Parts: sequence; C-alpha cells; structure tokens
Amino acid sequence: MMNLNTGFWHELWISIDDFAVGIGVALSVSALAVIMGTVLGVVIGLGLTYGNIVIRTLARIYVDIIRGIPVLVLILAFFYVLTIWGINLDPFQAGVLALGVFSAAHVAEMTRGALQNIHSGQREASLALGLTFSQTFISVLMPQALRQILPTWINTVIETVKGSTLVSIIGVVEITLVTQQIIARNFLTMKFYAVCALIYFCIGFSIERFGKYIEKKIAIK
Amino acid sequence: MAFASVLAGTVIGLFVAFALISKHGLIRRSAQTYVTAIRNIPLMIIVLFIYFGLPDAGLVFGEIESFVFALTIYAGAYIAEVFRGGLIAMPKGITEAGLALGMSNIKVNIYIKIPLLIRSVMPALSNNYISLFKDASIAAVIAIPELTFQTRRINLETFKTIEAWSSATVIYVITCFFIAFLLRRVEKRVAIPK
Repeated sequence: MMNLNTGFWHELWISIDDFAVGIGVALSVSALAVIMGTVLGVVIGLGLTYGNIVIRTLARIYVDIIRGIPVLVLILAFFYVLTIWGINLDPFQAGVLALGVFSAAHVAEMTRGALQNIHSGQREASLALGLTFSQTFISVLMPQALRQILPTWINTVIETVKGSTLVSIIGVVEITLVTQQIIARNFLTMKFYAVCALIYFCIGFSIERFGKYIEKKIAIK
Repeated sequence: MAFASVLAGTVIGLFVAFALISKHGLIRRSAQTYVTAIRNIPLMIIVLFIYFGLPDAGLVFGEIESFVFALTIYAGAYIAEVFRGGLIAMPKGITEAGLALGMSNIKVNIYIKIPLLIRSVMPALSNNYISLFKDASIAAVIAIPELTFQTRRINLETFKTIEAWSSATVIYVITCFFIAFLLRRVEKRVAIPK
C-alpha cells in the first residue's frame, strides 16, 4: 500500500481533467434547465395570475403536481417513461428536461406571488393612462416583479445545481458520477467525496454571492 | 425515516437558530459556517459521504442510520434559517417584558420565545417539511427500499414503465397533499390570532 497522504494529492492531480469535464456537464445541465425553467415558469406564472379559468386551472394542476413529486422521481420518470412513446432521450436530455420542468413549477409559483403582491391600483392607474396590457406588463409590473423574484430565483438556481447531482443516477457523467468513477479507481472514498462536496459548495456559494451583489445593484434606493 | 429526521432536524434547527443570533462571535460564526456549508452541498453528496465516505475514518453506519443522519444534518440547516427569520422578526418588547418580570434569559427563551416562534413560523416550517419528505426519495441511491427505489425495481423487472411511474407519482402527490392538508390544519390551530 502506498503512502495515502501523497497518494491523495497525486490522485487528485490526475483526476483534475475528469473533474473539469464533470463540472462542465453539471453546469450545462443546470444552465439549460434553469433557462428552460425560467421561460416556461414565467409563462405558466402569467397563466396562473391573468389567465381565464381554464388556463388558470391547468397551470394550477401542473404546478401542484410537479411540486408534489420529488426531483429524483421526475428524472427517472422522464428517462424511463418517454421511451414508451418512442421518444428516446439520452440521459443528458432527460435530465435537463426533468430539472427544467421542476424548476418551471417553482418559477411559476414565485412569478404569481410577485405579480399578485403588486398593488392592483398600479394596474388600474396604467390602464387609466391608456397603456395596453403588454405595455403595462413590460414597463410597470415586470421591473417590480423581477426585483422581488430575484432572491428566490437565485435559490432555485442553487437548488437546480444541487438537483443536477441526481442526474448521475441515469448515467450523466457530471461531478457526482465522476467522483464515483475516481473512487472506484483509487478507493479514497472519504477524501474524494469531500472534494466533490467542496466543488459543489464553491459553485453554490459563488452563485449566492453573485445573487446578493446583483440584488444590491438593482435595489430601489 | 423522513419523520425522524424532520423531528431531529427541527431540534437542531432551533439550537442553531439561537446560535445564529448569539452575541458570541465564535458561536455565531460556527453556526453560520454550518448553515452556509450545508445549504450549498447537495443532499445526495452528504448521503454518499456519510454512507460510503465515513467508513474510511472508521465510522460505519447502516443504510438507514446514515440516511437519517444525513437528512437530519441537512434539515437542521434549512430549519435553522426559518427559525432565525422568525427570531429576528420578533418584537424586542417581548424579551424586555419577560426580563422585566424577573425571568432569566433562558426562561424567556423557553417559555416565551420558542412557543411564539413555532407558532409564527409554522407556514414556512411546513413548506420545509414537505420538501424534506420529497428529499427522502434520495435514500434510493444507497439502496434503501423506499418508494422510488421500489418503483425503479418494478419498472426494470416487469417493464410496466408507465404503470410503475404513474403509480409512484400518484402516491407521492397524494401523500404530499395529505401532509400539506394536515400541516395547514396545524397552522390554523396554532396561528397567532390577529
């Protein structure tokens, strides 16, 4: 048995490339999922707030069901179930889709919360000024809603990055699976899981800090 | 499993929340480190670390123990944040009134602050409880035979994919609604009348 202490640093050095690939994959899964979740979520959130009864009910059903299912189940379901209808997604696509659908439900809820929090007098005032709905939305409601959503949205981004660990289960080679492969090679289980935790911590922490920074920048003084 | 972790996590969360607003720099700093670190590390990594990693250091736990342990640590950090928010929002007059009545600091905490705190943060708390229940699905990765793990097994053994996953979904959604319903009842009962 070689000296474990020097062994660890050597093993870490030769795994840097693997980790870099893993980080890249994890970040792209999360980024794609967040983009998809945000776009879809805002649309559904608008439906929840301003839609007619049919749209509102459909959006409510979507949000409530997705929020009631664990992310892991969503990921596995997308990976296994869609193949039945002949849609063959590779693990990467299935993971992005599942995480996107999941974060969309959360974004929808927070969009609704933010829009409903804006005093209805403002909408009436803009209507009285002769603004159309889209004008009201873009120049009155959205700037306020965005500021309110930002902290929770940053949280969702971090949750999505954390959720991206789960796509390792369907075989996407991101940080977690890379770690497991490295451990299978050198058996330095504890140390490499610690490295893995540290990587996630750095990613999450920098997103959090960045969010705080933006929040300060756009705050209404 | 989720229930045990949630209970233990609430107790830890309560202590950590008080540590978070403590006047002693060291206590506050260490509580902050714990909360920030845990909130930024995925639950799955914590689970894997405790189940596969800690045996390297001579600490061997069974599957269920290590999962409950991991979920408890995880829950503690989130619940601590909820409680901290509640503590900060509490009017100062309450503490001062307690002190004026001759209660010690600890007595003020136990008899006045904690009961009020739990009542005021109940809605946020119940949201956390529901997501912790869902997080328990991650136990599947260390082969604890819970709902997700069984569903996957049934899927792979019988190839009844749609049936397996839709039943799992229905079970999860119904359980979540049920828990939410119970917690809403509790919330209404304990809500501080306005």
